[in-house]
Amino acid sequence: MSHADNPAGGAPRLARRQVIQLIAAAAAAPVFWSSARAQGSSVKGPKGTPTDPDLINPAQAWELKLTEAEREQLKVLCDLIIPADERSPAASAIGAQDFIDEWVSAPYPAMAGDLEKVRKGLAWLETEAGSRFGAAFGSLEEGQQHAICDDICHPPAAKPEHVETAWFFDRVRMLTAMAFYTTREGMADIQYVGNVPLPKWDPPPDAALRHVGLI
Amino acid sequence: MNTAAPSKSRDDYDVIVVGSGAAGGMTAFVLAVHGVKVLMLEAGRDYDPVTETPMFQLPSEAPLRGVSTPDKPFGFFDATVDGGWTVPGEPYASADGVDFMWWRSRMLGGRTNHWGRISLRMGPYDYKPYSRDGLGFDWPMTYEDMAPWYDRTEALIGVFGSNEGLENTPNSSPGVLQPPPAPRVHELLTQKACHKQLDIPVIPSHLAILTERQDHERLPQQLFPGNALAQRVLRDSMRERAACFWATPCGRGCSIKANFQSTTVLLPPALATGNLDIRTDAMAREVTLDAKGHANGVHYVDKRTGQDEHVSAKLVVLAASACETARIMLNSKSTLFPEGVGNSSGLVGKYLMDTVGASVGGRIPALENMPPHNQDGASGMHLYMPWWGYQQQVKGELDFARGYHIEFGGGRGMPGAWTFAGLGGRTNGAYGQRFKEEARKDYGTGMYFAGRGEMIPNEDCYCEIDPSGAVDEWGIPTLKFHWKWSEHELNQCRHMQHTFRDIITAMGGEVTSEIHDDGAKAIAAPGEIIHEVGGAIMGADPGKSVVDQYCRSHEVPNLFVTDGACFVSNADKNPTLSIMAIAWRAAEHMVEEMNKGAFS
Repeated sequence: MSHADNPAGGAPRLARRQVIQLIAAAAAAPVFWSSARAQGSSVKGPKGTPTDPDLINPAQAWELKLTEAEREQLKVLCDLIIPADERSPAASAIGAQDFIDEWVSAPYPAMAGDLEKVRKGLAWLETEAGSRFGAAFGSLEEGQQHAICDDICHPPAAKPEHVETAWFFDRVRMLTAMAFYTTREGMADIQYVGNVPLPKWDPPPDAALRHVGLI
Repeated sequence: MNTAAPSKSRDDYDVIVVGSGAAGGMTAFVLAVHGVKVLMLEAGRDYDPVTETPMFQLPSEAPLRGVSTPDKPFGFFDATVDGGWTVPGEPYASADGVDFMWWRSRMLGGRTNHWGRISLRMGPYDYKPYSRDGLGFDWPMTYEDMAPWYDRTEALIGVFGSNEGLENTPNSSPGVLQPPPAPRVHELLTQKACHKQLDIPVIPSHLAILTERQDHERLPQQLFPGNALAQRVLRDSMRERAACFWATPCGRGCSIKANFQSTTVLLPPALATGNLDIRTDAMAREVTLDAKGHANGVHYVDKRTGQDEHVSAKLVVLAASACETARIMLNSKSTLFPEGVGNSSGLVGKYLMDTVGASVGGRIPALENMPPHNQDGASGMHLYMPWWGYQQQVKGELDFARGYHIEFGGGRGMPGAWTFAGLGGRTNGAYGQRFKEEARKDYGTGMYFAGRGEMIPNEDCYCEIDPSGAVDEWGIPTLKFHWKWSEHELNQCRHMQHTFRDIITAMGGEVTSEIHDDGAKAIAAPGEIIHEVGGAIMGADPGKSVVDQYCRSHEVPNLFVTDGACFVSNADKNPTLSIMAIAWRAAEHMVEEMNKGAFS
């Protein structure tokens, strides 16, 4: 799912959903099936349509809409939300900005409005950085970046003029966490130790039982 | 899977089975091992869990981190393909003010590929609910009639659990159940709170998952004494199944065949008999009759060509899922049956039921900073709460007549996309290093409690052929749904909400979702729990039911309905296990009748 190989800017990036729709249209055309029908055989495996995607080799299925500049800005913000420490890397290292691009560009109702929200929020950050510190947000000192983020990190506590941007920050924080903790690196950070086959299933260790007062 | 391509010329089937899920798979399997020539029609595509199941993939490998979308409503890696609440080209309608949700899985094996594997027996009360409280209907058979078929079904598919001897929560016979896995920490903590403070029983769940390999020598002999063919194919099929390796979500399906899917447990041995042919992409339209009013075949649309096809057989079994079966019957109009085949009673499509569902979430601070250990387990819950209020209901202490069980979960399973979605708000805006530390502390503290309750059948819940004349992509008339909950269901939901709040509170936790005193605000939409049953209910009286206790139409002697459509009530026990037990019993009855020359 990494978009690391995508060309930087320039030509529109892959619109695989459209490609899939073309394949589906071809599949519906009689000529496509004539040979299979002649042999009287069933078609095996996924059709590669949105409702029957290849689950083993998932494909990115829609055009990504953020600009390269917006993705660079997002990277800075994602790393402010989840920075590197001794236990795990920063959010950008696992491609949080790519995930957010995928999310805001998705064709589903649940994501509707997020593209505009992210665009407006990123633009606000630039304006705010410029007016407060006279530089682009990404080139500010970390303390300056924190000074701005502290104003918008909690919508219920934000000043009226910051509320809208606070919801933008909250959404980016949620998406960054979604991106990060669903990767091997993020799972290691919170010490998820499953998803490995075990020869047998054991009761919880004593340390865990003791932790909750069960022994 | 390796389905045989039926030869074009072969048209000498004994039985056509419409559907390949729990009911169709079981019916076809039992018939095939008894030497009956079966043709199965499946509306969806061929599907092979062995090669198509994403087992160890992380959410980060899926589009949108695997979240639910209208195209993949249970998430990207869910086993369901070409299915969900909406299926392209296959619309349905609801009456004004009704939002019925009709889940279809257009794939070989149907919904068994992704189901929760919860396998609870209906009990003695559940087969005679009318006799007990005067509501709904009694089944024509008793629990005692059904007990041996539950034993057989559980032994065949592999169900873990324990025998607790609780009221209306039947024991299995010795040697039938597989050993249940040890509970996880949050489950033990819940059990302690429920036992000590609330007097709610918390016992091992019953899931159709192998905790050890099946005894492939003993079981086939016990299940099919004297039937060499059945024993051979079952022995081979059981040998192919591995025990659970305590990883990967069951909802994705199981490539090692440790859990039950029709496509891994029923269809492979059925095909191995050489007595079953499967046609996929075959959307059944109607049952056809001969001049005597007996079923003689099925019209279906070959989805690959769009052509209408007809196949004939001596006997027809509908197992297309409750609503789809009702639809086929209603669409099978003839001079003899102008309102649909076997529908002189006017009851086809009537008395639809779903499960009553409501849930509450909470956070349990005691689980914070849990020492790391593997909590994946058998994917689903290791413990559950069977209904405990039978005696309260007898005494008239509750304002609803039927019970519910509690399904619950939490702990340090594989993080999903939404695991930390609310963490920013909960931490008053944490970001940066503090966010990471809060996530470490918070992980595994979230829990949910979901009630699954019995709905009483009523006359306002039914489906009919849409009077507007709407048809689907294949030209087949579509369904319109009608629905009305009674006070019993709504009051039950309020009770669920309060009970779940009490459990979370007893655990020292904090409720994180709204508690509704109005059950109507808490209840899941009709169809949403995906336990729809009824629509061709069984009974002894042909004027008051559609089929008899062996799923046989009262009016068309060679037409059977072995899926959830024949359900007379919808106990809180998830229906799949009962569907299979009823289908097995019906299929054996068909074989007995065939051996007597009934359908020749």
